[in-house]
Order: sequence, then structure tokens, then C-alpha cells
Amino acid sequence: MTDRIAACFAACRAERRAALVGYLTAGDPDPEVSLTLLSALAEEVDLLEVGIPFSDPMADGPVIQAASERALAAGTRMADLFRLVARVRLARPDLPVVLMGYGNSALAMGMERFTERAAAAGVDGVLLVDIPPEEGGLCDEALRNHGLKRILLLTPTSPEARLRLVAERGGGFVYYVSLTGITGAEMGDVDQVARRVEQISQACALPVCVGFGVKTPQQAAALAQVADGVVVGSRFVGLVADHLDAPEQAVACLRREAAALRRAMARRG
Amino acid sequence: MPDAQGRFGDFGGRFAAETLMQPLAELEEAFFTAWNDPAFHAELRGLLAHYVGRPTPLYHARRLSEEVGGAQIWLKREDLTHTGAHKINNTIGQGLLARRMGKPRVIAETGAGQHGVATATVAAMFGLACVVYMGREDTVRQAPNVYRMKLLGAEVVPVDSGSATLKDALNEALRDWVASCRDTFYIIGTVAGPHPYPLMVRQFHAVIGEEAREQMVRQAGRLPDVAVACVGGGSNAMGLFHPLRDDDVRLVAVEAAGHGLESGRHAASLAAGRPGILHGNLTCLLEDEEGQIAATHSISAGLDYPGVGPELAFLHRTGRLELELADDGEALAAFHRLARCEGIIPALESSHALAAAMRIAAEMAPERIVLVNLSGRGDKDMERVMRCDAADEGGLMEAYEGGNRASDGDDD
Repeated sequence: MTDRIAACFAACRAERRAALVGYLTAGDPDPEVSLTLLSALAEEVDLLEVGIPFSDPMADGPVIQAASERALAAGTRMADLFRLVARVRLARPDLPVVLMGYGNSALAMGMERFTERAAAAGVDGVLLVDIPPEEGGLCDEALRNHGLKRILLLTPTSPEARLRLVAERGGGFVYYVSLTGITGAEMGDVDQVARRVEQISQACALPVCVGFGVKTPQQAAALAQVADGVVVGSRFVGLVADHLDAPEQAVACLRREAAALRRAMARRG
Repeated sequence: MPDAQGRFGDFGGRFAAETLMQPLAELEEAFFTAWNDPAFHAELRGLLAHYVGRPTPLYHARRLSEEVGGAQIWLKREDLTHTGAHKINNTIGQGLLARRMGKPRVIAETGAGQHGVATATVAAMFGLACVVYMGREDTVRQAPNVYRMKLLGAEVVPVDSGSATLKDALNEALRDWVASCRDTFYIIGTVAGPHPYPLMVRQFHAVIGEEAREQMVRQAGRLPDVAVACVGGGSNAMGLFHPLRDDDVRLVAVEAAGHGLESGRHAASLAAGRPGILHGNLTCLLEDEEGQIAATHSISAGLDYPGVGPELAFLHRTGRLELELADDGEALAAFHRLARCEGIIPALESSHALAAAMRIAAEMAPERIVLVNLSGRGDKDMERVMRCDAADEGGLMEAYEGGNRASDGDDD
């Protein structure tokens, strides 16, 4: 199996640009509309991050929490999540897709079954926010068995030793959280972020993507100078929330916004 | 003791966001350093004696025992601590740690408000800023405690997300801590959460069982046959049970059966839950088949939580811990019964333990001893009980007069 994540970052590097990573919660606002939204975003981003809706998303801010609530209220189930990914995969055979969520969703299904179904749907990597590298005993083997990358996070509070831990146990890319806080908060100082990304890149061979708090093309452009990828989540989810009654407008907004972000990120110094 | 990863068997651990991993490691180190420091214990002991009011009495409830007509029921009177519940044992300890770590701000989550009040109390005493997260529904159920926290100088933040109860307050407190961990100490109120919280909170509450054990021997000449405590997260239970773990004493945890297990409206995580990850630990949770956390119900806000401390899950799995259930109606009946025949008004949380203890005692010979942890007093529950009694139109009181099991008087 080709490593879609590695191929994506290699291609971006060759084009001297950073990858745009776009996030939406699966099933938001309902499974059917979600397919339209995810499909649209999949055409505009370099890597797609699909959120697993969870009742208690304690690392997320109000925007992404509301998306989870909408998805669950509309009856979204794990089967819908995998079906959505599989449909996106059909249309975009080369697009790397990672799942982002909380450990309990995978644990409830059984880690082996979860990873098997994820791999079958065409998922490339999994980021479980509340399963740090130390607790990898729960998932590392199952992920490995099905060829899925274990995406790990680093934050401004992570000391040097944890950089090495993530380099050792992580796969795909390193997700650097730009701020000490939850998703959707205000982004940290770009110079500080740049210094940390540099530090991580020295400790770790994996590409580094920066996320949390990235809302404007200007911010994305600044981060694109230092990171291999930029993750945009709450901004996209917010566009969905703004157009709940008019999905076609949400699609148009998502496309426009993603295109603007990509344009801003294209010039790499 | 948990292992180095904070595991009790398969349960426990540190399932936290990356941002919190380093603060948790620092907390663990600060706790172990303090715990090995005689000066820390000297200060803690002083505060427990002169501020909290320890040791709390161990009381032989003779009239209640006679009425029940079985074993002798003894009460460990945590309701007589400063602030009126066991919660203060732990907040004093964590408050001292916050000061040692140089954190000027503390945050907490609370269900019934007792942990919030205890946190606000020590924050005032130590001169720390304090924010307490509380589910919107609980701020209504426990209005007097909200006012107490404000009087003590704390900011109370009502939480509207999810089911607007304790689990959602925990989510919100964790979000605050993720953003503020550099200057903020999170005082978790129960034996749950990421390592080292379950261990640390247990150690701070073990004073309950240590005292009870010694008092039992001194006053009754022997250890109890059974020790009973209510379990939401399980802090009063672990506090009582831990020092009795190696004794020949049955340990009985009582979970809130709410409207009954079959109704689906309850908070019995050990009886009806399965292993899962929430709030930083792997433990028994009430959830649906997809891992979504279930909405819970109990007449008592302090027990209305879909999880349980990992050590309790471990003790239950290994068979050391017995499980009993008490529903809303039984808890209310026990509440009235203790008030009427002993002059003690218990918290609705403790009333669950009492209800099960009376059932257990009734089956035992009169020379046997059942020790109940009376974890808190019922002042905070007055309005709730008044409303239930009014809705019940006297049925509950009649049931009490007739010595029958009360009907379910809950009105929501």
C-alpha cells in the first residue's frame, strides 16, 4: 500500500508549499449533508481530517463541540463515519484521510475492529486526542496491524523528552498545537510557533503540521513559512454552522475559504 | 498502590490531552515530594484538627439499629466536618499542594456543590483565586451551595453543554485547565481523572477510614463486619475502604439506581457500565454501544455521574468490593428515617448508603456491626426533599410511619 500521507508531504515540498489540512466533523449537520460537505472540502485540501463525533469532546471548543452535538442529534453512528470516508476515498483515491477523535469511540467498538474498519474505509491515520504515547498499549498494535499511522500531538507545554517520545512512537505527521488551550481559541504568537516547529523538526523526521486557532489566510500564510502543513478546523466547521439551512451555500463557502487559504499558503519563502 | 502508569489492574492511567501531560507529571512529582515531607503532614494534620474539625465522631445509632432490628449501625460523621461534607479533607490537601507549587489560582468542578464549597473555602483560607464549574441543572438543584461559594469569593460558572450536570462541569474544568495550566491548579473532587488524581484524592480521604478503624476498636472493641459508602465518583467510599482493605471487613459500595436500572435513568456505573475512557482515566462508564456517554439520573446531584473511580472499578472486578443499589425513593425514605429517629439530617448522597446499610443490617444478627460513612449533611438538599415530599402528598411520610419501603417520590 502506498503511503498517501508521506506522498502528500513530499509533493507539497517539491512544490515548495505547505499542505492545507482541513477538518470537518463527520455527520455534521447530518450524514447526508456531511457527505456533500466532506466531498467538497476533499477537493480543496491536501489532507482531510475527519472528526469522530463524541458526546464529551473535552479538548474541543464550542464550535467543534456543537458540530458533534448536531451530528449525534441527527443519528450519526460509527457506520456512517466509515461510509462517509469510503465515499470520499472513491472520489479521491490519493487524498490522505485521518480520523480525529477520542479514545472511547474506538474502545467501545474494540480497537481491533475499529482499526480494521477504518483501514477498509480508506483511512490513513488516526489521532486520538486523549490517548497519549504513554497509553499506546491500547492502540499501537491494532493500528500497526492495519497499516494506520498513529498521529500524535505536541504542544507548547511539551518538554524536550516528549518530542523524542512522539518522534519514536508517532507516524504520519506531528500535529503541533499552536496554543495552550482548546480548539478554536486565539492563535499563539507566530514567531514562538516557528521556534517550536524548528525544534520539533530537529528532533523528529516526520512532517510537522500546525493547528488550533488558525482562522485567516494571513495566519495560514505565516505558518506556511515554517511548517509542513497548516490545519484549519473550527473555521471550516463554523462555516457549516453559519449555513445550516442552506447546504449549497456552505459548500460554496468551504470551497472559497479553502481556496483562499491555499493561495495564501502557496508562496513559500 | 497503582503501578507507575497509574493503573489499578486494567483501570486508571493517564488519558489526557498532550497539553496536560507535563502539568500532570509535575503534579505527580509535587504530590510524592509533599507526601514524603514530614512538614507537609504536620501542616495538614494541624489544619485537619483545627480548621476541618477532625477527628469526626463515630456514632452508634442505637435507635435506628433497634428500628431496623438487625445488626448495630454505626455512623462515621463526616457531616460534622467544616463545610458539612467529607470533601474538605481533599481540598485542604490539594490546596496545600497548590500553594507549594506556587499556583495562584484554583479551579474545580462540582455536582452537589459540596466539592465546590470545599474548594472555595480553602481558596479563601489560602488566599487563592477560585473558579468553580457546575452544570446548569445542578446550580438549580443546589442553589444554596451556589450562594455559599459566591459568599466565599469564588466565581461559579454554570455549564450548559451536554446534560448540564457533573460530567459536563468536568469537561469544562478540563478545558479551563488546558488553557491555564501554567498558573492554575485543578482540584479534582473525586477519585477519578488522570493519574495521580485517583491516588492523591484517596490518600487525602483515607483519614476517614483510619479514624473510623481506630474509633471502632476503641468504642466497640472490634472492627465492623461491613463498611458501607455511597459511590458517585467514589471519594468518600475510597476514603473509608482503603484503610480497611486488608481487614476481614465486607466493603459495600452503594450506587444510585435513580428510577431503577430497568428505566435507564440511573447513575449505576459499576452495576450497569462497561470499561471506557472518560475524563482522563479508563474506568467503568455508562455509555451506549457506540461509546457515547449516557445521560444519568439521580435524585442526588453528587451521585449523578456516568463514571466511577478506577480503583473502585478494580476492587469490584477483583471481587473485593460488593455492590448494592438504592433508588431515589429508598434514599428519600432513609433520609427521613435517620432524621426522625436519630436527629441527624443526612445528605441525599449519604442517604443512599444508609438505605443499603439498613437492608444489610436487617439480615444480620444484633451483635454484628455495620459501619456507614455519613459523608455529608442534608442542609443543601432541603428544597429538593421538600419538593419531593409535596409531590408525594404525604405518601412517603406514611410509608415511614408504617415502616414500609417508600414509593418513588421523585417529581421529575
